[in-house]
Amino acid sequence: MSAIDLAEMFLRFALLSLLSIGGAITVAPEMHRFVVNERGWIDDGQFAASISLAQAAPGPNLLFVTLVGWNAAGWVGAAVATAGIMLPSSVLALAAHRWTERLRDRPWIQAFRAGMAPITIGLLLATGWILGETNRDHPVLVAVTAASAATVVATKLNPLWLIAGGALAGIALTR
Amino acid sequence: MNAPNTAPTSAPASRARLFAVFNRLALRGFGGVLPWAQRTLVEEERWFTSEQFVEMLTLAQVLPGPNIANVALMVGDRFFGLRGALAALGGLLAVPFAIVMTLALLYGSFGSHPLVVAALRGMSAVSAGLVIGMAGKLLPTQRRNLPGWLFVAAAFAMVGPLHWPLHWVMLGLGACSIAIARARGSRRP
Repeated sequence: MSAIDLAEMFLRFALLSLLSIGGAITVAPEMHRFVVNERGWIDDGQFAASISLAQAAPGPNLLFVTLVGWNAAGWVGAAVATAGIMLPSSVLALAAHRWTERLRDRPWIQAFRAGMAPITIGLLLATGWILGETNRDHPVLVAVTAASAATVVATKLNPLWLIAGGALAGIALTR
Repeated sequence: MNAPNTAPTSAPASRARLFAVFNRLALRGFGGVLPWAQRTLVEEERWFTSEQFVEMLTLAQVLPGPNIANVALMVGDRFFGLRGALAALGGLLAVPFAIVMTLALLYGSFGSHPLVVAALRGMSAVSAGLVIGMAGKLLPTQRRNLPGWLFVAAAFAMVGPLHWPLHWVMLGLGACSIAIARARGSRRP
């Protein structure tokens, strides 16, 4: 990849960063269209592998963007892609946080907090629903989801045990 | 059961501590880090009450960017300013970055190995449950807010089962909810 390609990747990813409400994964389709279809920097398989590898490893799923950059242009690509997707949203988050803290006594800021809080909780429920949706044809996995939710609410059991159990259940189901 | 409204009794002693806690949080996150945030920051470290945590998460969700990265930046900034924000974000990303790159270098197709795919599927089923459980734990913050329950249900139904676009739901439902909160607020000064 040339320096101009890298600059273009940075700018495109920076633009996607500002659109990524709900997380970096929400702009994955648009990113795919750009790097695979439009520019041909990586192929379909590399893109899909980047997402599944980032999900399989511990840590934030946003690292799939790092892998997309790495597949496209090695270490420099990884750095450029990560900076592009992180920088604009991070600057915005810091600025918004400081601004709302400074004005926290204003009625509109209070109304914003009070009004958006229930929507935040509703969106968490929706995230759980969407994550679980792919397993709808597997009653065992649906039960795993329900049991995990109940365990988290009702007990202090370390969820790592649940995750280990889930991995085993997933493997057992394919046997 | 844990009390929903425990007062925060602690703050991170240093930026190194901030880094370490976010590193721990990140390394627990198989299939998503966010479900661990409430447990780590509110229940274990007691840096925030549930109410304060919901406030931060709300802003983190409304803004673009990975929600957990936004939370890390805000937590770090609150305690140690810009350097704290960088320490928290660094803690969240540094070791997971090394792990992901190692896996990518060692096994180019590790993520598509059938056994990994199967395990991942089971782990994602648990992750779904963890996010729902976290929402369940945050629900008590709305106990004095009757219209709030309606908005919890509406946001869930529209984005979850109905698959309406997130941006529009946030904008439309958010405007209604904020207007109602504003009206309630001015009635009770």
